[in-house]
Amino acid sequence: MPTIYIDGKPIEAREGQSILEAALEHGIEIPHFCWHPAMSAPANCRICLVKVGMPRRKPDGSFETDENGNPVIQYMPKLQPSCRYPVSEGLHVLFQVPEVIESQHAVMEFLLINHPLDCPICDEAGECKLQEYAYFYSRGKSRFVEEKNHKPKHVIWGPNVIFDAERCISCSRCIRYADEILHDPVIDFVNRGDHVTIELFPGTQFDNPYSMNVIELCPVGALTSRDFRFKARVWEMSFTPSVCPGCARGCNMYVGVLHNQILRLQPRTNMYVNQYWMCDAGRLTQYPFVNENRIDKPLVCTENGTLTEVSWEEALDTFWNKLQSVDAKEIGIVVSGMLTNEDAFALRRFIREHIPAATVMLMTVEDPEFEDDFLRVRDRRPNTRGVQTILGDVLASLSVEEFRAKVESKQLKLVWVIGEDLEQVWGEEGRKIADGADTLIVAASNASPTTQVADLVLSLATYAEMEGTFTNIDGRVQHFIPALTTAERPYRWGMKVSRWDKMGAWNDRWSHGPRRHCRPLWQMLAATASIAGHSWNYRKAADVFADLAQTVEGFARMTYALLDERHGIPLGKVDEPEPPVFHYDSHRLKPESEEYRYVQVYDKAEQWW
Amino acid sequence: MNVNQPSERQKMTFWEKLYLPEIARGLGITFKMLIGPKMTIQYPEEKYHPGGYYRGRPVLVLDEDGERCVACGLCSRVCPPLAIEVRAGETDREKERYPVKFEINMLRCIFCGLCEEVCPEEAIVMSKDLEMVFENRESAILGKEKLLVPVAQLQDRLEYLRMHQYYEPPARAQDA
Ligand code: SF4
Ligand code: SF4
Ligand code: SF4
Ligand code: SF4
Ligand code: FES
Repeated sequence: MPTIYIDGKPIEAREGQSILEAALEHGIEIPHFCWHPAMSAPANCRICLVKVGMPRRKPDGSFETDENGNPVIQYMPKLQPSCRYPVSEGLHVLFQVPEVIESQHAVMEFLLINHPLDCPICDEAGECKLQEYAYFYSRGKSRFVEEKNHKPKHVIWGPNVIFDAERCISCSRCIRYADEILHDPVIDFVNRGDHVTIELFPGTQFDNPYSMNVIELCPVGALTSRDFRFKARVWEMSFTPSVCPGCARGCNMYVGVLHNQILRLQPRTNMYVNQYWMCDAGRLTQYPFVNENRIDKPLVCTENGTLTEVSWEEALDTFWNKLQSVDAKEIGIVVSGMLTNEDAFALRRFIREHIPAATVMLMTVEDPEFEDDFLRVRDRRPNTRGVQTILGDVLASLSVEEFRAKVESKQLKLVWVIGEDLEQVWGEEGRKIADGADTLIVAASNASPTTQVADLVLSLATYAEMEGTFTNIDGRVQHFIPALTTAERPYRWGMKVSRWDKMGAWNDRWSHGPRRHCRPLWQMLAATASIAGHSWNYRKAADVFADLAQTVEGFARMTYALLDERHGIPLGKVDEPEPPVFHYDSHRLKPESEEYRYVQVYDKAEQWW
Repeated sequence: MNVNQPSERQKMTFWEKLYLPEIARGLGITFKMLIGPKMTIQYPEEKYHPGGYYRGRPVLVLDEDGERCVACGLCSRVCPPLAIEVRAGETDREKERYPVKFEINMLRCIFCGLCEEVCPEEAIVMSKDLEMVFENRESAILGKEKLLVPVAQLQDRLEYLRMHQYYEPPARAQDA
């Protein structure tokens, strides 16, 4: 463990680290554009230059000291890139000195000579490294009065990425990402000097399942998302940490929300799961279903066969009556891997207490084509592992055909589908089950063919509207918080808020946003249990999780706070914390959306609610 | 606490106690104004036409080749009472963005002029429009069709703005 001194402050660095990395790990922010911990360091942006020196030795090997007894440091005559300079014992680094500051000013001035400064029309504005550094590390003025270079501003690189050559600062992060991480090197620099730009190799496209990560990687707005382009300015949105429900990997992500609608998903660093990345499919497919085609309220099928919206009380009464109208043996339940651990636990309790003889089947959704050797896995549901662990012996091992046969032979009269569309996943078999059931109850967030033929539809909250935990394919339990409000929970306590959310009034058009009368499953079940005369005393997801942690072995001693602190905890590993890893965040200027403190406010609010 | 303290009364002289001389002086001013040049106008029969300095209803500038606004949202961010909502869209024009939706809630607007000051495109300016009557809350939210005003009608204000560009970034210590 070599000790280095940055501006005289001793720092315990690790062998083989660069000065920059060691400094960042110890909270000293040395500016950098081209360096990224996952990739090689070409040292081509030059904003990270520092003054480096070693204690001078006398010919006999001992250190030379000045009259006060301090070692004399011999500094190199030229500044060195800290992103490339390896640490060594006794290294002295000067960062906050006029020489270094002068060089930062010079680098920024050079970078801005040909930069178009079109921040008003640039999607990166508000979370741009160049903007940030122009504030902190530049003179604030340009002496350049000549015409700037012009380059193409709208180059389509692939299905998801657009390149603006004028804004590029030639840091080469995207090139190294394509080469070193994706092993799909289709882009490279062409030309030289101020004419340098990036081009695709002839006949290629930047078309990769992970191509959109370059958008966050790019320190400026040169690479923008075709999906998100111009939808909103970042400072208008709130960014809530969440977990991608797209597959069992459970990549950590931020949910970007404006006016109660999700506009984009972006990766969030978690070195134990997804590192800095996320797949394109995840970010493009995992938010539209939250915004569109929702079931806004519980629906009941009336005599004439149409679905009518009803209140939650009525819907749950109907639900309980329907469950009681048949023998528990005649109830078949289809559970989705989309449910959170809390939901699964509440379901387990509900089944054990009220309908212990029911046949419960887990619906898995596998897509071998989705799987690859990077992040994506074939299990397309975020919590299959958790539901399996929690429901355990409650689950029956049945094949789809067996289940269908039981329904058709009327062994199962009431089918209750939770969180899935039978037809979409099971095709023809699913349709036969939906048609064959005497009573079909569906808990779903989105309208689908199955909800159309149901007798009762309970509107389920999506991952973005509830708090909970998912257990990913490696058994890692990860916590997420709601990003959207619902009609039932119109307050944003504990959530991230944007300026609009915070300041808007009820009569501002934009402050409404679409809000649905949807509930997480555990909440529905707790309410149904109280109809049946049991008080579960679950007021918030944390209560359910506390009960879960006491009951199911793998979750023992887990709490939400602990999960957040350790970036998720593998099942049964609460007492063996992993060695801490540095979580690097490239663009720190992303508006740190405010948060209403959970614990005090939320509890108080619940009391007068 | 911000409560007015009763101040000590000043002793009045004999003449002041009489009041009459002061009343006569006051009436003198009244009659002088009555026959002097008039400062008021007979609004609404007579219209008021302020100069370029006037900060009336904020409007969007419509150039010959379309609107200037690029929907950057800076006005919306700076607006103290959150009166402005902007939603951007993509166009083929050189500046790539345009406002799909631009709404100013005139019930919220306080006519501060900050939106005009912050706009990088000189696309939103304070007009001379001072007559705003709304029958309900919805009609007080002005959309693009009500906001866009041809640039020819805004020359006064644009000229005024150009003449009064005081802002010069303060020099930092290290520049000196
Ligand atoms: S496009 Fe972005 S990431 Fe790529 S070299 Fe240019 S600035 Fe760097
Ligand atoms: S790999 Fe899976 S969890 Fe990660 S972003 Fe893609 S779909 Fe989501
Ligand atoms: S600041 Fe100007 S350009 Fe930007 S949205 Fe407002 S009016 Fe349009
Ligand atoms: S004048 Fe002031 S209050 Fe009115 S819209 Fe502009 S910034 Fe908002
Ligand atoms: S970060 Fe060191 S040269 Fe770019």
